[in-house]
Amino acid sequence: MNLAEQLPVLPVIIPLVAAPITLLLPQGRAPHLWATLISWLTFAVSIALVAMVSDAGVISYHLGDWAPPLGIEYRIDMANALVLALVSGIGAVVFAFAYRSVEREVDPRQSTFFYCAMLICLTGLMGVTITGDAFNIFVFLEISSLSTYALIAMGAKSDRRALTAAFNYLVMGTIGATFFVIGIGLLYQATGTLNLADLHDRLAGQSNRMVEAGFAFIVVGIGLKLAMFPLHLWLPNAYTYAPSAVSAFIAATATKVAVYVLIRFFYSVFGFDFAFVGHAFTYVLLPLGLAGMFIASLVALFQDDVKRMLAYSSVAQIGYMLLGLSFATVEGLTASLVHILNHALMKGALFMAVACVVFRTGSHSIQAFAGLAKRMPVTTWAFILSGLSLIGVPLTVGFISKWYLLTAAFAAGHGYAAFLIVASSLIAMVYIGRVAEMMLLREPPSEGPYAAAKEAPMSMLIPMWVLVAANIYFGVRTDLTGDLAVRAAEALMLVAGGAP
Amino acid sequence: MDGWIDFVLGRYNYWIAIVLMMTGLYIVYERGNLVKKVVGLNLFQTSVFIFYITIGKIAGGTAPIYIDGELEHGGSEGEAAGEGALHEAPADSANTLGDATPPDITDKIDNATQSLHGKITNDFPANDLKAGLESLKSPADASAGASLHTPPDVDAGKIANDALAAVEKPPALALDLTDTSLHGPDAAANAMGEAAHQVSEVIYTNPLPHVLILTAIVVGVATTAVGLALAVRIREAYGTIEEDELEALDHIAEFGEGPVAGAGTAS
Repeated sequence: MNLAEQLPVLPVIIPLVAAPITLLLPQGRAPHLWATLISWLTFAVSIALVAMVSDAGVISYHLGDWAPPLGIEYRIDMANALVLALVSGIGAVVFAFAYRSVEREVDPRQSTFFYCAMLICLTGLMGVTITGDAFNIFVFLEISSLSTYALIAMGAKSDRRALTAAFNYLVMGTIGATFFVIGIGLLYQATGTLNLADLHDRLAGQSNRMVEAGFAFIVVGIGLKLAMFPLHLWLPNAYTYAPSAVSAFIAATATKVAVYVLIRFFYSVFGFDFAFVGHAFTYVLLPLGLAGMFIASLVALFQDDVKRMLAYSSVAQIGYMLLGLSFATVEGLTASLVHILNHALMKGALFMAVACVVFRTGSHSIQAFAGLAKRMPVTTWAFILSGLSLIGVPLTVGFISKWYLLTAAFAAGHGYAAFLIVASSLIAMVYIGRVAEMMLLREPPSEGPYAAAKEAPMSMLIPMWVLVAANIYFGVRTDLTGDLAVRAAEALMLVAGGAP
Repeated sequence: MDGWIDFVLGRYNYWIAIVLMMTGLYIVYERGNLVKKVVGLNLFQTSVFIFYITIGKIAGGTAPIYIDGELEHGGSEGEAAGEGALHEAPADSANTLGDATPPDITDKIDNATQSLHGKITNDFPANDLKAGLESLKSPADASAGASLHTPPDVDAGKIANDALAAVEKPPALALDLTDTSLHGPDAAANAMGEAAHQVSEVIYTNPLPHVLILTAIVVGVATTAVGLALAVRIREAYGTIEEDELEALDHIAEFGEGPVAGAGTAS
């Protein structure tokens, strides 16, 4: 039993064991340093796993040495290795970033619990991604969701609406998770297995009403978790009133992990033999993706709260991911995976920039951004650069996503979709432009609550700029994420079995 | 018409789950009170627990205390009609089979023990197995014992204990048998017994859904706890847990006093 053999279980075990230890630490700096250290460790392990998968192919880890399909299996291929690296990477940056922001936005008595809940949330997200067992996905999904509810509610110090936002998220999230369990139950009834790979084998050729109902329950359940367009109602309030560090973390990770689960079920469990997958793509995901892209972007345009604007923008960006995967081609799936990674980088950076503004001005209303280019130039430029990435300007990651998505749309014969993608990017330009105009061209207020704003502390600027730099670095070095995503997409496609 | 009634009645367990599910969802949707919403959510989750448990249940199946032989591919498939034995099992079938003659029982036990023996060689964690074996042996007569080979790698002390525990069984069994013969066979029990007899061995209820649901119950309790805790915090912050009053208060906070009435006092 050497360490390399046990590596696949570590991204879950490390934060899981570390979380309760956080509670034993004295208040103050210690919990933050501990949590940051753990998140970096997790990130390092995830990178090692990406390297291992890249060299050796799929890793299968048997928990407790019980062989699958009876035992729980952790199965890591290229697709979830990438998502693992993404989640833990964002975690590492946000944990480092969080200290000052949390100090200001969270009740000091709760700060130890805050880091504990963040670690639990990280555990859950890593677990959802890494596991190859359907019921395990549910359990980890709920671990991450329950801690997220608590984290959002901690925003109550600045705004009591965080509590109702958390409550509504709890209700919707639980309904989603329960739908997912019903779906798993129906599939279990049809096949007698919970292992994803085994489910795929046993579902082959099965297409009865039970499996179809299970499929529908799973899609709706996960759709609620990932804020698929008409099921997104919990998201704007949750992102707006959560503490800023939490917004940055969950906006960059939680919905992405849910999109990954959806991809996993569509491609690795059901596959194209199952006719409903094709129908779901054509009649559900494609139109809803397009509608979400547009309607949510338009709503974002009229928000006077920058966090809420970014939240609606997230719903729109999820539309791109759904669109990509609904093409059911290698290109489309690649675009979807690349956008999962890239959107996490840009949204993470944007929310962190807003967190810096909240730290200095105490508000995330657009009024607080007036003239910030003079008072907080470093933050302003971080916001603008990641905003450009969101729009999809060349040399940023956003451009790469849009490029893959447009190519895929043309290749799949959805030329109109390509047109709509460009059009919705223009809407993004307008809403990011509104904030940029506010920051660059307005005069800073000489009195009032926002007058005293000055540059955010280094402990916040450095992690934020790490993400901004990632936005540009991966926008130039397209081979890194692109190639890995293509390999992941090809592997997924192979299991799914050709075109629908 | 008959077919339709059979369809409905034959699936009564699903109807219970569906009715509960819809009731729960309706409460979540309809009730403005946050605590009632949480309770509705809980009801909704409970319906899923029932659904899971009911898909694992097999008519006439017994509690899965000892893992059955077909570990490799059975268990999860509802074909758990294995040949292994659980120590309640012989008592059970003897009981329901009312007039089954002793040779019948011993035959069954013979089969069971033989198959068990086959399993033992499969490096199976075998303490429960031994208990099963010993208790099988005790209610039957010596002929069953004769066919019972000594299992390898046996922890002698453990066996002695198990055997001791098992020895206490026979009187109970005898009592059961006489009971049944006194009162005459009950139709349902007979049917179940017959079903059990047809597959000739003990039927197990599939244990996996139960285990899954134990986990899901923990998740459900945690969700309820977090939901109620949030309701408490909301009451502290707003002074009410009625949804429309909360909305009115938020509206006032954002846009000033409007045409809203009946809002409680915020703290």
